[in-house]
Amino acid sequence: MSNDDLKKRTVTGPDGVQFEVDPMKDYFCTETPHPENPSNKVVEKFLNWARSESIWILGYGTGCGAIEMRPLMTPRFDAYRFGIQWRPTPRQSNLLMVSGYLSVKTLKRVIRSYEQMQNPKYILALGSCTINGGMYWDSYNTINRLDQYLPVDAYIAGCMPRPESLIAGFNELKKLIKDGKGEGANKYAENFDWYKQNQKKIIKDWDMPDYNW
Amino acid sequence: MNNLLNELKNLFKASDLEHKRDDLVFITVEKHYLPFAIKLAKDNYGFRHLILMTAVDWLEDGFFQVTYLLRNYSTKKDIGIRVFIPRTEPVIESIHNMWETAATYQRELKEMFGIDFPGSPKINEPFILEGWDDIPPYRRDFDTKKYSEETFFPRPGRSTNDPEEYMKKKLYPQEEKDV
Repeated sequence: MSNDDLKKRTVTGPDGVQFEVDPMKDYFCTETPHPENPSNKVVEKFLNWARSESIWILGYGTGCGAIEMRPLMTPRFDAYRFGIQWRPTPRQSNLLMVSGYLSVKTLKRVIRSYEQMQNPKYILALGSCTINGGMYWDSYNTINRLDQYLPVDAYIAGCMPRPESLIAGFNELKKLIKDGKGEGANKYAENFDWYKQNQKKIIKDWDMPDYNW
Repeated sequence: MNNLLNELKNLFKASDLEHKRDDLVFITVEKHYLPFAIKLAKDNYGFRHLILMTAVDWLEDGFFQVTYLLRNYSTKKDIGIRVFIPRTEPVIESIHNMWETAATYQRELKEMFGIDFPGSPKINEPFILEGWDDIPPYRRDFDTKKYSEETFFPRPGRSTNDPEEYMKKKLYPQEEKDV
């Protein structure tokens, strides 16, 4: 999507009627996210158990870490036996795996993908690049700390982490979710302004709505 | 190959001939002769493949060096045509009419080094960096570490070893004591 696509313009429909389109208002929701609190603690506990056993991953690889997901989903390590599977779209998934370094350009797409995911949603960050920049810590184009831009639930250290450590990370995430600590989406909603401020500081050509729901 | 080199020397005052290998020669031409030299190599001497275009920033000398690497598939020979342009006025004639792919290289050079190729398609659109507002990052006077520290929220507590010092200490601890 380029900047021109987001400008207000007059469009002629297939039946010849002319109408005005303002993509920022017509295509996107202007409402910002709000935290969702569980109404019933007992039901929530059951739901958290269900969520932790059906982690659906958005199949989106950002850096070199994406290569570790192939052995993970194929028979040798077979993550599907833990209820973990890969989905093609953000709407269907509840776990975003940020696999490795993020350039500013990729971060923009990751933010869009994350915001399009439905609650409850979690972020698992792979590799030292997402923790402190890793070997790209002094690069002009890769971010250093992912938790400044998106709420990270768990990190998996390593460069790159092997599939075994990914499975350990999944188990850790499951524990967090079962304990009711997987509150990344609420954290994002509560500190929305702070996250947006950080994101906009480095994404200088901000050509999308503030919340891409 | 030799005919081409002679012709380049006679017609375009090419200089700095360097035989790197039997099948690889580098030669320097002047900026205003560049498109003609490349056209001559392509049309008359069969160097039909533009392998790559790249640039080097000679900060101390005040020059950008732009290299065009061409290949002749029938004789299996490569030629690298170099051109030096002043850093103060980094403009070269575009060669996208000879190879369409050159436009992509030229967009990259424009973005990373700030070398302008007037008339090249989409030359002013962002290529890899979106919304870059500093000096082009591949220029050597751009301090990438400083930029990263100012921009990307460095995590405190990170320590780095200088590889040379660290390996010296690790491999030759005795020398350290003697000094």
